Amino acid sequence: MPRTNLIVLQILVAVVAVGLWYLLSTYRVFGYMLLPPFFFSNPVDVAKQIVEWFASGVIWKHLWVTLIESILAFVSGSIGGVLVGFWFALQPRTAAVFDPYVKMVNSLPRVVLAPIFTLWLGLGIWSKVALGFTLVFFIVFFNVYQGVKEVSPTVLANARMLGMNKRQLMRHVYWPSAMSWMFSSLHTSVGFAVVGAVVGEYLGAAAGLGYLIQQADGVFDAAGVFAGMFVLAAFVLVIDAAVSVVERRLLVWRPAPSEARP
Amino acid sequence: MAAAIGLSNVDVAFHLADGGTFRAVEAANLTVEDGEFVAIVGPTGCGKSTLLNIAAGLIAPAAGKVAVFGSALSALNRQAGYLFQADALFPWKTALENVAIGLETAGVAREEARTRAKTWLTRVGLGSFGGRYPHMLSGGQRKRVGLAQVLIRDPKILLMDEPFGPLDAQTRQIMGNLLLDLWSADRKAVLFVTHDLEEAIALSDRVVIMSAGPASHIIGNWRVPLARPRDIAEIKLDQAFHALHREIWQALKDEVIKGYMQTGGG
Repeated sequence: MPRTNLIVLQILVAVVAVGLWYLLSTYRVFGYMLLPPFFFSNPVDVAKQIVEWFASGVIWKHLWVTLIESILAFVSGSIGGVLVGFWFALQPRTAAVFDPYVKMVNSLPRVVLAPIFTLWLGLGIWSKVALGFTLVFFIVFFNVYQGVKEVSPTVLANARMLGMNKRQLMRHVYWPSAMSWMFSSLHTSVGFAVVGAVVGEYLGAAAGLGYLIQQADGVFDAAGVFAGMFVLAAFVLVIDAAVSVVERRLLVWRPAPSEARP
Repeated sequence: MAAAIGLSNVDVAFHLADGGTFRAVEAANLTVEDGEFVAIVGPTGCGKSTLLNIAAGLIAPAAGKVAVFGSALSALNRQAGYLFQADALFPWKTALENVAIGLETAGVAREEARTRAKTWLTRVGLGSFGGRYPHMLSGGQRKRVGLAQVLIRDPKILLMDEPFGPLDAQTRQIMGNLLLDLWSADRKAVLFVTHDLEEAIALSDRVVIMSAGPASHIIGNWRVPLARPRDIAEIKLDQAFHALHREIWQALKDEVIKGYMQTGGG
C-alpha cells in the first residue's frame, strides 16, 4: 500500500471514531442516549479542555514531571537490570540461589508496591521513580540475562580462537549481545517506565499526568479524564517515536524484519 | 622438525545427560606436517569435527597425546586459526571490524589493524564490502570474511571444519581455488574436514578416512599425487584424480552406508 493511502486510511479511522463519539454523545438514537455525556463527555468539551490546558500553560509542568519520572525510572531500571543480568549470567550459582526470589518478586503485581513506596519516599517524584524502576528492571534484567546466555557457541569459540581474553570477550561478545537484547525490548521498557510514573501519580501525587487524570476523576469531570488520556497518549507516541530513532541508530547491524522474509 | 599437529592414541568421550559416556573417537593417530594440507573425510557423525576441536584445544581428549610443533597441548592452541562450519562472524561488527578484531586482540593498534584488514578484504575479493554487516553479505561472502579473519593473524596451522559446506557448488569451487591460492603463498599446515571426497582430493596432499561412529577410528590414509598449482574445476577431469577417487571410495562406501543407518538416514 502506498504511504499516502495508508496515512489517509489511518486518519479516516480517527475521524470515524471521533465522529461516532460526537454523534452518540449528542443525539438520541431511538430515544436512548447511547453515550451519556456525564460518563463519556464529548469530543468538543474534551478538545476545549486540552486547548485550555495548553493555552494557560498548566499542562507543561505536569508533562515535565511525568517525563522526568519516566526517564529516571528507565535509566535506573536499565542500569540495575544490566548489572544484575550480567552478574547472574556469568555466575550461574548466584542465579540459581536467587532464582525463586526473582520469580516471586517479578510475579508480584507492581501496583501493590505503590503505597509502600509512597510511605517510604513521600508524594514527590521518587516514589514514582521507584515504581517505574521495579517494572523496567525486570524487563532489562531478563533480556540482558538471556542475551549473555544465548551468545552463539560458535561465535564464542571463534572469539576464543581469535585470541580474546576474558575482558575482550566481555567487550566484543557478551556486551554487544546483551545490548542487542536490551535494545530490542526498548519499546517495552520505556513504555513500562511511563506506566510506572503515571500509575504512581494516580495513586498519590502533587503533579503529573496521572495526577491530572485523578483530579478530574475525583470530581466526575469526564471531559478532564478523557483530555488527560489523550494528552498521555500523545506523550507516549512522541516518546515511542524517539525510541524508534534511537533503536535504528543502535541496531544497524541487525537484519530488518522485511529482509528476513523469503 | 616436529610435526605441526601430532595426535597419538587419542580417545574422545562425551558425558551424557543420563550419566553414561559416549565414545566419539577411538585411538586416533594423525600427524600433519608443517606445510602439509590434510583432509579428513568421513560419514556424517563420525567425529571429524571432534578431532578438529581436539587439535584446536577447544576440547580435551579422554586419553592420548596431542602435540603442536612437538610440545604438548594443554590449553587453547594459540598457533592455530579455526574456520568454523557455522556462521562465526560477530554480527554486530562490520566486515572490516570482523577482520581487524583478530589483530586488535593481539595488541595491534586499531588504525594499523584496520589498514591491514582492508588489505586482507581486498585479497579475498571483498575490498569494497568493508562497511557491510554480516547479514548484508551472501553466504559465500561471509566465508571470505571468515577466511580473512583467520588468516590475518597469520596462524601456523589452519583448521577448517567443512567451511564451504553450506555453499552452492559453484561458490564452493571458487572458494576452494581462493583457499589454494592463499595457502600456496606461505604453505601453512592445514587440517581440513569435509564429507565431500572430491573436494578433499582436489584440495589436499593427503586424505584421511574415518569410520562411522560411535567410537570411530581412522581407517585409511592416501597420498594425493596430483601436481600443484591446481584448479579445482579442471583437476576433477584428471585421470589420476578419478583413479584415486575410485580407490578411496571403495573404502569409504561401507562406512558411509553404516553412518547413514545410524543417523536414521539423515
